[in-house]
Amino acid sequence: MPAITHHIPEPMMAAYAAGTLPNAFSLVVATQVSMSSEARAALQAHEAVGGIVLEDSGAVAVSDNMKSDLLSMLDDPVPTEPVYTRSGVYPAPVMEALKGREPRWKTLGMGVKQDILSEDEYGSVRLLYIPPEQAVPDHGHNGLEMTLVLQGSFSDETGRFGVGDVEVADETLEHTPIAGAGEPCICLAATDARLKFNAFVPRLLQPLFRI
Amino acid sequence: MIAVRDHRDKAAFASLFDHFAPRLKGFVMRNGTSAAQAEEIVQDVMLTLWRKAHMFDPHRAQVSAWVYQIVRNRQIDVARKENRPMPEALKEEPEAEPDATQIVAIEQETGQLRAALAKLRPEQREVIEKAYLGELTHQEISTQTGLPLGTIKSRIRLGLQRLRHELKDLSE
Repeated sequence: MPAITHHIPEPMMAAYAAGTLPNAFSLVVATQVSMSSEARAALQAHEAVGGIVLEDSGAVAVSDNMKSDLLSMLDDPVPTEPVYTRSGVYPAPVMEALKGREPRWKTLGMGVKQDILSEDEYGSVRLLYIPPEQAVPDHGHNGLEMTLVLQGSFSDETGRFGVGDVEVADETLEHTPIAGAGEPCICLAATDARLKFNAFVPRLLQPLFRI
Repeated sequence: MIAVRDHRDKAAFASLFDHFAPRLKGFVMRNGTSAAQAEEIVQDVMLTLWRKAHMFDPHRAQVSAWVYQIVRNRQIDVARKENRPMPEALKEEPEAEPDATQIVAIEQETGQLRAALAKLRPEQREVIEKAYLGELTHQEISTQTGLPLGTIKSRIRLGLQRLRHELKDLSE
């Protein structure tokens, strides 16, 4: 896998389609697919392969009464599920992760703010808010980091990322992202390990900020 | 599927059941799930097919691709007790006329994908199948399927381009 891409690498898209990508990264994929017809087409191509594998799986006879049972259930009332819709720059999957509320920003210093959406043993995913032209602390990664731009833009040693672009960075990259001029940069960022900050946020404070 | 979607046709649903239920059961049992639990999953998937039929769009996917996504979601719910984040649904265009050319193109593209998969060496095909059965992590997909993914990549690209143009039309 290349260190940096502006789109979701094929193996990650395939893993998302197959449901094996950790949830933190899955949220980034689902969000980018919501923003980009190219990403949606890529996902659907992978689902087409999955459909072929399904079609070509050997058929196993089902129980005799299953069909009649099922047909008798078709008119049953349908349980309602909450439906989340895009709000401002936040596509539906982000709104679902926010459970429909506005982001609750917690400051990290220098005007940089975050809202941790979820965190488990496999990784974490957060919203990041970076004021225009502000640098995010220079950091490396223990694992994989996926950053999707929802508003504004940022640039680092590898290039410029605008709305809908995703940066996938592995542990070989140490970078200093800087938000573009104009609007504040809002990103959805997922990691499968804690970030390694070199300055700015002392390492001792990392547990406090959970980054 | 269209009869199920547009006319809530139960006889058409029964034929969908005859086609997909045994395949779904076979698919689900491939990862070691018991026959009894597989049947529960098949029942949930078929019910979802009926209830969410309005979400199906033959201009973008074949029924099998759509069913694949539903069954993987159900399997993940059962295994992990959590929902996989899902993309926003595309806005529907109720007045849009079906575009037979596009529907046939999707069919042909899928046929070519199937042919490309059939040409793989058995061990390559097995790795691809494992990936889509949900048995490989993205790192494993990256390291183990490099060659086969490359082989089918051009097919995926073609399908992708066609879908992309279609999706652009939809969003305009």
